[in-house]
Amino acid sequence: MSDVLARVKKIVVEHLDVEEDKVTESASFIDDLGADSLDNVELVMAFEEEFDIEIPDDAAEHIQTVGAAVKFISEKTG
Amino acid sequence: MRRVVVTGLGIVSPLGCGVEPVWKRLLSGQSGIKPIEHFDASDLASRIAGIVPRKDGRGGGADDPHAFDADATMAPREQKRIDEFILYGIAAADQAIEHSGWSARSDEEAERAGVMIGSGTGGLSTIYETSVLLKERGPRKISPFVIPGIIINLISGQVSIRHGLKGPNHSVVTACSTGAHAIGDAARMIKYGDADMMVAGGAEAAICRLGVASFVAARAMSTGFNDTPEKASRPYDRDRDGFVMGEGAGVVVLEEYESARARGATIYAEVAGYGLSGDAFHITAPAEDGNGGFRSMRAALKDAGLEPSDIDYVNAHGTSTPKGDEIELKAVERLFGDAADDIVMSSTKSSIGHLLGAAGAVEAIFSILAIRDGICPPTLNLDNPSVETPINLAPHKAVEKPVRAALSNSFGFGGTNASVIFRAVD
Repeated sequence: MSDVLARVKKIVVEHLDVEEDKVTESASFIDDLGADSLDNVELVMAFEEEFDIEIPDDAAEHIQTVGAAVKFISEKTG
Repeated sequence: MRRVVVTGLGIVSPLGCGVEPVWKRLLSGQSGIKPIEHFDASDLASRIAGIVPRKDGRGGGADDPHAFDADATMAPREQKRIDEFILYGIAAADQAIEHSGWSARSDEEAERAGVMIGSGTGGLSTIYETSVLLKERGPRKISPFVIPGIIINLISGQVSIRHGLKGPNHSVVTACSTGAHAIGDAARMIKYGDADMMVAGGAEAAICRLGVASFVAARAMSTGFNDTPEKASRPYDRDRDGFVMGEGAGVVVLEEYESARARGATIYAEVAGYGLSGDAFHITAPAEDGNGGFRSMRAALKDAGLEPSDIDYVNAHGTSTPKGDEIELKAVERLFGDAADDIVMSSTKSSIGHLLGAAGAVEAIFSILAIRDGICPPTLNLDNPSVETPINLAPHKAVEKPVRAALSNSFGFGGTNASVIFRAVD
């Protein structure tokens, strides 16, 4: 879990160009981290690449926060 | 009738970045044509180009104080989301707007300020790379930023967002006439009253495998000077063998004359006349009789209310192709008649190559600077003219002379022609 969180955080920091301490589990990509809808698509693609998983579009729609991403990825990879 | 003046200039070119250093290098006879080293060109028939020198070392820019600094324009993360033609267009627009000193002082002013920047081919290198990715790894690997990163009107879109320009947002796609059409059309928008200020020009970044291979296939490019790049672009010379591709962007700020004066803007020239025509002849070749170019120049003169004898400098389309140069030259001779003896006509493509959709805008800027400084830039490599002409083609060296008005020609694939006349403002 903590490993997934760290890797997710790293991706979010790189893609959204935000400070690491703002990337908390409850942080919303759009509301708190300045992402737009296209950024969200790109983030999901980056998660797929990093964790070698496929995130279907209907699941991707629900991944709106750092915590939701970590939860989904952990379940997929766990 | 509302008058339109030029109050800001911006250039990203194979001779560097920024109007004054580029102009100085152009006048001193420097060439921006170099070997292609940033991708594998070994199997291409044309392996040279007018490459923008960049701070990262590309195009010989490592030690060039006037190299293009992409990171100064936007964060690396943002750069990855747009093709380079948009990056160059944004950078040139930033320069031009800063140069003009213009800023919106009210919402109403912002709503009457627009953008009209075009490109000939758009995001060719991104299209190429994305196609390879799609084939090799499938559709799920395609970035959501591909489309907004390659479509041509996104320069205008990006510039409007960066500078809060809420007026007309438009774009031109007329091959090698793009830059000239953008400036001419934007000036008309101000004349007609759609806007009081327009940021106008063209940008291009087609120096990639897809771009070079495709133009080579159309038999348009120089292939005989790969070992002597700076000699390759040689308009009017008997040994010319095609155009040399260039890249970059040219952008100007146009303003309605009275409002520019009222805010105390520096006025570089007036957009005095604009003419357009179509060849209705061939998809890539110019009509042999030069009638299309002749008519666009004639229309621009009529629009400006000027006689040929009022023009002191012609910045030629002059791409260094075997056919096109002489056709244009004959059309100018025919239009100017006796006045041809007194004009200087040069092709600055001899120095920077053919910037395609950016060419007309960059060359408009050179025409404006010729008026400002009373000097006409040279035609490099013109050792042995292929025809006799009464026109001074400014071989090798810049020609100093007062320039009251300058005409800039651009002709594009599809038989699309544009001529823009700039005039000194007292």
